[in-house]
Amino acid sequence: MRRSNRRGIPHGFLMSLPMYLFTLFFVLAPLCYMVILSFLTRAEVWGVVHEVTLDNYRNILTPVYLKTFYESLKLAVICVVLIILTGYPFGYFMAKLSSTWKRRVSMLLMIPFWTSALIRMYGWIIIFRSNGILDKLLMGLHITKEPLKLLYTYPAVVVGMVYALVPFMIFAVYSSAEKMDWSLVEAARDLGASPAKAFFTVTLRLTMPGLLSGVVLTFIPSMGLFFIADILGGNKVVLVGSLIQEQLMKARNWPFAAALSVVLMILTSLIIWLYRRVTKVRDLEGFY
Amino acid sequence: MRRIAFSKLYIGLVLVIMYLPILLIVIYSFNESKISSVWGGFSLKWYEMLRTDRAMHEAIKNSLILGALSCCAAAIVGTLGAVGMSRIKLRTKGAVEYLSMLPIMIPEIILGMIFMTFFALVGLPFGMTTLVIAHTAFCIPYVYMMVKARLAGMDASLMEAARDLGASPWRVFFDVTLPLIAPAVMSGMLLSFAMSLDDVVISIFVTGAETNTLPIKIYTQMKTGLTPEINALCTIMLGVTLIIVTLSGILGGRKKGDA
Repeated sequence: MRRSNRRGIPHGFLMSLPMYLFTLFFVLAPLCYMVILSFLTRAEVWGVVHEVTLDNYRNILTPVYLKTFYESLKLAVICVVLIILTGYPFGYFMAKLSSTWKRRVSMLLMIPFWTSALIRMYGWIIIFRSNGILDKLLMGLHITKEPLKLLYTYPAVVVGMVYALVPFMIFAVYSSAEKMDWSLVEAARDLGASPAKAFFTVTLRLTMPGLLSGVVLTFIPSMGLFFIADILGGNKVVLVGSLIQEQLMKARNWPFAAALSVVLMILTSLIIWLYRRVTKVRDLEGFY
Repeated sequence: MRRIAFSKLYIGLVLVIMYLPILLIVIYSFNESKISSVWGGFSLKWYEMLRTDRAMHEAIKNSLILGALSCCAAAIVGTLGAVGMSRIKLRTKGAVEYLSMLPIMIPEIILGMIFMTFFALVGLPFGMTTLVIAHTAFCIPYVYMMVKARLAGMDASLMEAARDLGASPWRVFFDVTLPLIAPAVMSGMLLSFAMSLDDVVISIFVTGAETNTLPIKIYTQMKTGLTPEINALCTIMLGVTLIIVTLSGILGGRKKGDA
């Protein structure tokens, strides 16, 4: 379908030219600059000096920052595990619903999915706040005597993260469970496999692309969503994302922030690459 | 039979937990009392306060302008891009497609950071211009993917028939392709608008000292002092998102779960 206009330029190219240019100027160029910046030196007062150095990367290897990476990864792993445990059954059960209910449930999921995570976090502040809803409820039921003071703690951040990201897992698992051939599970059952065995050998394997896609879609943001850590964790929980933000806005050490971003970017690409290697799927399941 | 009941119970329970924080915000926005854990009776006073808050009006105006400009820009660039890309076979196509989708693939914080440093490098003054560019960048993928999906499901022979009858490629685009993909474009635009209206991470990095958007204002207030006014504001934003997402769903005629 390559047709040319009178001057011989394919019109398809003319049409995509704005996107080509925009992508070149505002995606590729800034990305390249990030990489360059990460090798430059910070100026005494403000800005950068054009002096090539590896110091920014060396800086990441100091115990303080390594620890942030470690803590952030740990939090991400905890969150992803909890997201799998809550989101996978949901997506799986959802795929078994009748088509009317499927439509209803996915409509219901749309709203939390598209509304701002920031706003939804505010609801959790109301719940977690000292003497807030949760404390009132627990003390009313005589489960606890004192207010739990959950706001600004590690568990609060975990809950916030899981809450914000679980819809991604649900949609990813749902879209692959939906496509699954359930007769295979029946066949396994007919051949004498227990429900658990049928699940682990057939269902789980067939929904693996969705599950892994969900992991990619939730693991990456859970290292970067600094505002959740900020709002629900006070300054107790520091993510790689929080560190980048702090270096950019407060410490004004842009080259270091760039180096941190490059590392995070490499980590991200590595995860996506691994996903593609394992599942041999190009696009992420359940993702546009 | 029992397993089916359990699965429905589980779905119901998770949905209740999902909606709980959202409902609380809505309920407390009508709370007379200033202390959020005490119910002091029904009141509209926080909405009244919002109505008279000048700084808030400014933020609302900025957010609406920003959302409108960036979703329109994304609609033009993304739609032309998707249609154009479907007609060409250039070797760079895959790479450009991949790169243009990056803004919604990489962590938001990195996107914010690269824009901030890049805009500083090229000397763009931070404010509405930088906000629009940054928001357009993450809005394009939504429009592009919607239109691309729509094009893939379309009957190419319609366009070919128009061409064979002597229509120019641009004529084909405006008279045949565009009317057919219009629902997808609209649906992508609405989602972009919703995303732009909600964005806080990227906006924080590329905004100037003068330009506040709604989410930035909400974020700073959440960090400093909470006022019930935020409840009212959040409720309004939830309502707007709800309307936009529903409209987009109707126009797109597709479930979110579809890849």
